[in-house]
Amino acid sequence: MSSNHQRTGSHFQITERLVFEEGSPGRRGFDLPELDVPRKDVATVIDPSLLRDGIAGMPELSEVDVIRHFTRLSTWNYHIDLGLYPLGSCTMKYNPKINERVARLEGFALAHPYMPAELIQGALEVQKTLETCLAQISGTDAVSLQPAAGAHGELTGILMIRAYHQSKGNPRKKILVPDSAHGTNPASVTISGYVVENVPSDRRGMVDLEHLKKVVDQDVAAIMITNPNTLGVFERDIAEIAELMHSRGALVYMDGANLNAMMGITRPGDFGIDVLHINLHKTFTTPHGGGGPGAGPVAVKKILEPFLPYPTVGRQAGGNYFFDHDRPQSIGKMKAYNGQFGMHVRALCYILANGPEGLKEVSEVAVLNANYIRAKLKDAYAIPYDSPSLHEIVFSDRIQARKDVHSGDIAKRLIDYGFHPPTVSFPLIVPGALMVEPTETESKQEIDAFIEAMLAIAKEAEENPEIVKSAPHSTRIGRIDEASAARKPVLRWRPE
Amino acid sequence: MLAAIGLESIDQLFSGIPEKLRLRRLLDIPRALTEPELLDYFKDRAARNAADYVSFLGAGIYRHHIPIIIDALISRSEFYTAYTPYQPEIAQGTLQAIFEFQTYIAQLTGMEVANASLYDGSTGVAEAMLMAQRISRKNKFLVAKTVHPEYRAVMDAYARNLGIEIQLIDYTAEGRVDMAQVERALGKDVAGIVVQSPNFFGTIEDTALISDLAHRHDALSIINIAEAVSLGILKPPRDADIVVGEAQALGVPMSFGGPHVGFLATRDRYVRQMPGRLVGMGKDYSGKRAFVLTLSTREQHIRREKATSNICTNQSLCALMSTIYLATLGPVGLAEVCEHNILKTDYAVGQIRSQTPHRVLFPAPRFNEFVVQLDDRYASRVERLMQNNIVPGLDLSRFYPELRNTLLVCVTETTRKDQIDALVKGLA
Ligand SMILES: Cc1ncc(COP(=O)(O)O)c(C=O)c1O
Repeated sequence: MSSNHQRTGSHFQITERLVFEEGSPGRRGFDLPELDVPRKDVATVIDPSLLRDGIAGMPELSEVDVIRHFTRLSTWNYHIDLGLYPLGSCTMKYNPKINERVARLEGFALAHPYMPAELIQGALEVQKTLETCLAQISGTDAVSLQPAAGAHGELTGILMIRAYHQSKGNPRKKILVPDSAHGTNPASVTISGYVVENVPSDRRGMVDLEHLKKVVDQDVAAIMITNPNTLGVFERDIAEIAELMHSRGALVYMDGANLNAMMGITRPGDFGIDVLHINLHKTFTTPHGGGGPGAGPVAVKKILEPFLPYPTVGRQAGGNYFFDHDRPQSIGKMKAYNGQFGMHVRALCYILANGPEGLKEVSEVAVLNANYIRAKLKDAYAIPYDSPSLHEIVFSDRIQARKDVHSGDIAKRLIDYGFHPPTVSFPLIVPGALMVEPTETESKQEIDAFIEAMLAIAKEAEENPEIVKSAPHSTRIGRIDEASAARKPVLRWRPE
Repeated sequence: MLAAIGLESIDQLFSGIPEKLRLRRLLDIPRALTEPELLDYFKDRAARNAADYVSFLGAGIYRHHIPIIIDALISRSEFYTAYTPYQPEIAQGTLQAIFEFQTYIAQLTGMEVANASLYDGSTGVAEAMLMAQRISRKNKFLVAKTVHPEYRAVMDAYARNLGIEIQLIDYTAEGRVDMAQVERALGKDVAGIVVQSPNFFGTIEDTALISDLAHRHDALSIINIAEAVSLGILKPPRDADIVVGEAQALGVPMSFGGPHVGFLATRDRYVRQMPGRLVGMGKDYSGKRAFVLTLSTREQHIRREKATSNICTNQSLCALMSTIYLATLGPVGLAEVCEHNILKTDYAVGQIRSQTPHRVLFPAPRFNEFVVQLDDRYASRVERLMQNNIVPGLDLSRFYPELRNTLLVCVTETTRKDQIDALVKGLA
């Protein structure tokens, strides 16, 4: 590794035991105020047979113990505030700090959804305003903020498609899913009671319209399409695909995970999509939190509006907002209350901070950055589908594989260069995929440093493949023996 | 950068999008706001939610004290701006914290294994039902009417197209699930029975009896916990097959209903039928202890349409909040919080019985909620309390039409005696 590429080195690191191995009896991290009602023995209030006898193995810690423990753990994480996080499909962009501030305002944090409507007008207005913005951005007519994440939005949307067909007398049987789709797509279809039929991608990496013409029959309820798809490619025939589906009585679901490529550029509702989900934790900067919480609102055209989960947020003539439970054709409830409200506040804050010009520029710069990386790396890494890229670019390890260096190795070696790796687990149609999504929040300097690292690794793969195959070399722990971990899973701590 | 790509204009970047599909106008959304304007905008909206009311609302979302250090720790960008820990070498912080969450949940519930979280309690219990369907290969569920009504609604939405039949079980005058009715309904075709404890009325169920009855009829016992703090003092449902629930009560803000955090715990033998992620402890190639996502052959990214669930992103940061909450309180602090909840609730019940003409329904033991039935002065009493900035609880007729003029009242360790007294006075 040449010194000008090197962003990592060794630094002060403290290993940390499990919280269950820390502390000592009698320590406490929290005191309650004095009990201000008469003290009684709890056993006189609740039958002692219903009470437990301690909690085996639960540690006793001081406040400082707890702070130190979790602070030390935190230092072992890579995170977006540290540097580029080019996970394709995940849209790891900077999460503005003001989002965090406003979501914590007491009026939001302490709000209870069962409060009488007149006491939660502010929260309802936030939800309604966000719904309106998302409908405008996606070119749709109505939005439900209820789904908890992308996959939950998928399930919600497919259930609405089912309810729609049911209302016409026949729910139909199948949903078409392109082979490039994310794993949640087929999984959501199954839970909706439909059968998945895979659709092969053509040489462009796009859905093959001619193939569709042959397979769309009376049993097909919808196609579930990702656009731009998971190769970062815009489905050129999308309008014709939608027309075909509609002409055969079927609907079009869009996985909106990649909306970051097209805000203010083109709108799903305008190219024939009937329903899509939107990942607020991708496009709209709500933080990923180490794996959630996210939020996956669904946006629909008029024909699906009656089937939205209840409640929807309504507004009375006098201007007051309310939860509308009177939705006779609704698919029902997908989650208690009305969604991941804390994420809604953050997403609205982001939209308002950007405005119409700002959101368009977000997509423009996201696409610019991805294409810049493509141009700079196209000689060093194979590009399996050479259709134009939008916000992400999928390379493959075909060149490096000749030296037995695979995408997973390249990913691990990037860690030594101080970057989080790209996505390597999908799309499944690209063997050895390296899916790179820089997002718009990265500077040219940061992107150039990433490009240099990728080029250096390509060179290493030629000249010194071992160093790539045994990476990472700079982390606290090395590669993990995942097979053994899965063969004899240890999923919790137990006292020795 | 454009030159490096060989383009002249930004517009050319979008040449892959047919011109007829391009939006050639600006989006019709509000103009951009600056930071001071954003603060004003959201402070104004936040102020239009009545945070200064004394609230006796619970019903699945609980107002407990949240130690300050939770927010300090989860505000570290190392935790909140990281992705799902797919690259374990640079995500050990998140992975170990999740492993600790799994352990804490297993300890609290008395189960052998717990997952890395689910969206919330309502989707959690729906997932538990699907899991039990996979294990038992049977399709009928007996579900207590005292399971949170919104959770039951979510179960309905999930069950509808999967051939699942749900039979509701009534509650008794005691406020518990009607065991005689369960016994009559149990048959060879029943996959499982779903009971919540403390139930929606705040009443504590005898989960050991329920599990025993289920097992005698070859059905699975699924216990739902919506108020997870209660596990600090109540006997855990050790005999259940699946314990599923909501951990919001453990250190997560109410936040108008979300984000909260679902959990699902079970026995080792069912682990391969579990939904959601699991973190395992293993070793790196040099033998150092390390944590990693494991058993992912159950999950959507590998199994696709045959996965045990479609869940991908879960509630990791909220699970971290609960983990820090439990670490901070410890077993002693948690038991004390429970004691305060029980004694203050008991005090409130006693005062309402002695100082007001109203009936407290359901005599079975309770944790931090109870049901009061008012006479026909219900509306005027509630209105009077609201005028005094007190939200007296949830109008139960909204979910239980047979319970007219009744309030579900929640009292926690954060409710002061003078606030309880004000409620009692307002009801009198
Ligand atoms: C293309 C695509 N679809 C769906 C999902 C699922 O979204 P979520 O993780 O929010 O459930 C993801 C993200 O992981 C994705 O990248």
